[in-house]
Amino acid sequence: MLILRCPYCGVDADETELAPGGEAHIKRSGPGSTDEEFETYLFAKVNPKGVHFERWRHSHGCGKWFHVARCTETLEVFGSYRAQTLKPPKAIIDKIAGRRPGWAGGRN
Amino acid sequence: MAIQFNRYSAMSLAREALRGHAGWKEAWRSPEPATSYDIVVVGAGGHGLATAYHLAKNYGIRNVAILEKGWLGGGNTGRNTTIIRSNYLQDDSAAIYEKSRLLYESLSQELNFNVMFSPRGVMMLAQTHHEVRGYIRTANANLNQGIRTEFISADKVKRLCPIISIDGPRYPVLGALWQPRGGTARHDAVAWGYARACSEMGLHIIEQCRVTAVNSSGGRVTGVETTRGPIGCSKLAVVVAGHSGELAEMAGFRLPIESVALQALVSEPVKPCLDVVVMANTVHGYISQSDKGELVIGGGADGFNNYTQRGSFQHVEETVRALVETFPIISRLRMLRQWGGIVDMTGDRSPIISKTPVENLFVNCGWGTGGFKAIPGSGWAMAELVANGEPGNLAAPFGLDRFREGRFIDESVAAGVAH
Repeated sequence: MLILRCPYCGVDADETELAPGGEAHIKRSGPGSTDEEFETYLFAKVNPKGVHFERWRHSHGCGKWFHVARCTETLEVFGSYRAQTLKPPKAIIDKIAGRRPGWAGGRN
Repeated sequence: MAIQFNRYSAMSLAREALRGHAGWKEAWRSPEPATSYDIVVVGAGGHGLATAYHLAKNYGIRNVAILEKGWLGGGNTGRNTTIIRSNYLQDDSAAIYEKSRLLYESLSQELNFNVMFSPRGVMMLAQTHHEVRGYIRTANANLNQGIRTEFISADKVKRLCPIISIDGPRYPVLGALWQPRGGTARHDAVAWGYARACSEMGLHIIEQCRVTAVNSSGGRVTGVETTRGPIGCSKLAVVVAGHSGELAEMAGFRLPIESVALQALVSEPVKPCLDVVVMANTVHGYISQSDKGELVIGGGADGFNNYTQRGSFQHVEETVRALVETFPIISRLRMLRQWGGIVDMTGDRSPIISKTPVENLFVNCGWGTGGFKAIPGSGWAMAELVANGEPGNLAAPFGLDRFREGRFIDESVAAGVAH
């Protein structure tokens, strides 16, 4: 069972207290975007076997959305951070780079 | 050197019994990979093998290799609850799943391999009034599609399945969608039967051969790099379920797919007590009894991306809780083993059988939590797409372009979770 830390309340919550919300840092396509851009925005998933940035919600806690960096191959959690960020914070990236030396920076 | 294949029959069984079973030949060859093939199929699970089988059988294309990173049928094909049904709401789904179910009816004869297809009947319990309305709608849709299903009363549910508790505490059984010719088959035998038939027709099955890169030139696929060296091909069929995203990444595009873990478990064997397949979608559990007597149980999938082939414990707990509520008789059964498979989920819970942005590269994926039932029909439709370069009637609605065009084949609402 996954245990993730909610960056708002600081609680180490186990998976049953949380709701998964899919891929993080998706850039919304606005008016004037092409069909391809909308398709990518709405449907195309990175779905990596490895480091994944994703959204979670502390649904049975504070109710807030947050981000998690996690390895889908080993279930290792690299850390969680607030939802109000456009890209993963440096501390998380450094931690991933330390744990995954060959990591190319993800596909986001 | 050509291998003589045994034809399995009562006669050959008797002959081998008399000589200590010393004469059985291997069921399929393990050749060294050639430098190139007309068509390379990636993935020797049920869908990949069925694709290759129908390429040879329906289109006479025999210069084909099937590459498998592990062992044959070792992924989801050998990790599912083997339910076969075609009681889908949407016409496009009903067409391909019913094609598949019909092929299952005669698959043992066709492959000369006993896949133990057992059309014992599948019932999907309606345990809320919403489900009652939904299943009556599906039964009416199936009537129009020419698929024999009916909505049956709770009394009939009890007659067909005496161990069920129809007046459970939370969700009493209000009726069921009943497909009398649905059922189960032996999952390993489906893979082995197709493999044997493919090998007999001269196709190369290459196990322990992981694809590490997809080569293309001018937007057209030219081959793959593998752990057993480069293999060229004119056409590439990617049939790798949960790892479709990885292969798509190698080829330079993305799919509308997320990979999650789906779990199943089996109990210790008990005497025959359940001769139908029961699916309870409201409480998330489905169950059937194998010929060995084990209860085969499946439940819900994890909600987060996962490639570990193990799921979260609470899903086992939820599934077992739901089933004990519905079948109080099983409350003291012990579970023998549990496993997880990585399933490829699309947004509309319908599969993808499609051309891709790379010319001559085709994908068959997105079967999600219910691919086993579709193996023969999926192979049939995929072979047609790969051989002709264009989809036939069965595959056409399942193209990748449906997402851009908003033409979803929405089974996610119709099927609930157990799918």
